[in-house]
Amino acid sequence: MVERGEVDAARVMPHSAHRSRYHAVLGLIGRRLLFAVPVFGVVSFGVFLLAAASPFDPLDQYYGVRMNRASEADLARAREQLGTDDSVFVQFGRWVGGVFTGDLGVSRSFRQPVTEVLAERLPWTVLLCAVGLVLAIALAVTLGVLAAWRQGGWADRLITATGHALEGIPPFVLALLSIAVFSLALGWLPVAGLTDAGAGLSAGQVARHLALPALVLGISQAPWLVLHLRQSMLSSLADEHVTGARARGLGERLVVLRHALPTALLPLITLIGVRVPELVTGAVLVEEVFSWPGAAAAVVQAALAVDFPLLAALTLLAAGTTLLGSLFADVTTALLDPRVATDG
Amino acid sequence: MADLVGAWHSAARSRAGTPRGRHIGGRARLRGLLGVGGLLVLIAAAVLLPSLGELDQSKVNYGTRLLAPSTAHPFGTDANGADLLLRSFAGLRVSLLVAALCAAISTVLGSLFGAISGALGGWPDRLLMRLVDTVNAVPHLLLGIVIVALFRGNLWAVVASIALTHWTTVARIVRAEVLSLRERPFIDAAISGGSSRARILRRHLLPAIVGQAAISAVLLLPHAVWHETALSFLGLGLPPHLASIGNILTEARRAVLLGSWWVVVFPSVLLVLTTLATSGLAAGWRDRLVPRRRSELAL
Repeated sequence: MVERGEVDAARVMPHSAHRSRYHAVLGLIGRRLLFAVPVFGVVSFGVFLLAAASPFDPLDQYYGVRMNRASEADLARAREQLGTDDSVFVQFGRWVGGVFTGDLGVSRSFRQPVTEVLAERLPWTVLLCAVGLVLAIALAVTLGVLAAWRQGGWADRLITATGHALEGIPPFVLALLSIAVFSLALGWLPVAGLTDAGAGLSAGQVARHLALPALVLGISQAPWLVLHLRQSMLSSLADEHVTGARARGLGERLVVLRHALPTALLPLITLIGVRVPELVTGAVLVEEVFSWPGAAAAVVQAALAVDFPLLAALTLLAAGTTLLGSLFADVTTALLDPRVATDG
Repeated sequence: MADLVGAWHSAARSRAGTPRGRHIGGRARLRGLLGVGGLLVLIAAAVLLPSLGELDQSKVNYGTRLLAPSTAHPFGTDANGADLLLRSFAGLRVSLLVAALCAAISTVLGSLFGAISGALGGWPDRLLMRLVDTVNAVPHLLLGIVIVALFRGNLWAVVASIALTHWTTVARIVRAEVLSLRERPFIDAAISGGSSRARILRRHLLPAIVGQAAISAVLLLPHAVWHETALSFLGLGLPPHLASIGNILTEARRAVLLGSWWVVVFPSVLLVLTTLATSGLAAGWRDRLVPRRRSELAL
């Protein structure tokens, strides 16, 4: 991803170098966007090839149980309309043409256009992921700093051991256990859904229903961030500028939070960008368990119903999010860290 | 200055293959030993236990439905009245078998891909690595879900779903290894001796990466278990007669609403123990075999 350039700490960057750096970052963005085009092409064509090789008849989904009653002529007409007898290339070309005109086809399992399904569900996924990510980062910063600051102490051991153990627990197990404890045994929070049955859509309702899924998503994403931040805090606490700050007699809090933490946060930003696929995966599992009406849960519904148009759109969406995540990581690192080369 | 000496020391130590400090090395070794021991116990239990008791997963016995853990049923019983201890270990056996198969396939696939890419070099290498980037651009579980959805109800679809998404890590590791091997004198000697590219790949490069590939396979195991369990949990994985832990946990979703915590807790604990034991074993083995690559290989 990021090529580390020659590190020359003593060199002071002239003003013009800053400007050319922004140009270089813009160039990086441009190259990445250019690379995204073949990625989208290959991914969507790959998905189409899979669909063509699949033994599943798209008409099954279209007709459902009525398939048995439909006459041969009806089936032939439906095939004609849906274009299922055309070659993969023709179908793919038609789909790509649709994408450029904003028409992603009709979702067969939701019985509405794919764009509508996405518009309805995507905001809820973004909300869940954003809250989960903020929780994970908050956990990582507090616990990671605490563990590194008191390296070898009981807090460090507890945090590191819990982190390693949590790495092995899949998000859906965490979700089931949290439902068992917080919803059923203690009765604090609702089991699933976006609002209580029959209740209107209000901020309070959504917040109560969001708490548990966001907490599970955040905690399932946190271990990597915590352990990573602990590691980079340890190395930054041993840095010369931190020793210098200590030598000048600055207070412990100032040294740790203002001198050691900023340098340790840089790799965390990269990690967050690179871990977007795991966040998406976690969202799929968490939304499914909590019946959260987001786009990630729609993946499972689309897969169970072999709803190809929706599945293809969601796959491309996930690929786009992943690429954006890695672009975000590289751009922020390049902007924040002058030592990083931008020609990667 | 002290920093410089410290850095030199650890570099020299890792070149010599001795671990950094007794404390860290000892802990890693303990983790590895615990991993080996735990995994052996789990495998033995998964192989032996289900054949000891009578387990018919197709039968429903309402008389013993959702019984709490007792001496007769240490893990309790599930919603169909089957003993959960037997079912969990039978599920673990299925999970481990599928995971081992998938890890083996994706290791072979990834090793070949990485070795060919690294050995060719130049633009074919760049093209092949872009392909790896492209596969990685889709979250693995999502790609797996697409594959399984389009070939539903087929055991091989589950295997393909895992194997076809996990080879990229192996390919990257093996390619890096081949790129560094290419610069070694024995390859130069083989080239001067008149060996063809194919012969160098077959006789010199592939044997040299077997160790790395084996470690990757073990490192892939917990990922494969995780992936299979997630697919089965979503109802897209293994068929009910081959129930894995994922299937058991799906059924547990309804049972837990009735207040039967044990249906979730025991299979989950088994799953987590397996994951931890496998990754402990893999980490310990890796540190033993290639101490200088500790950080690079972290999957």
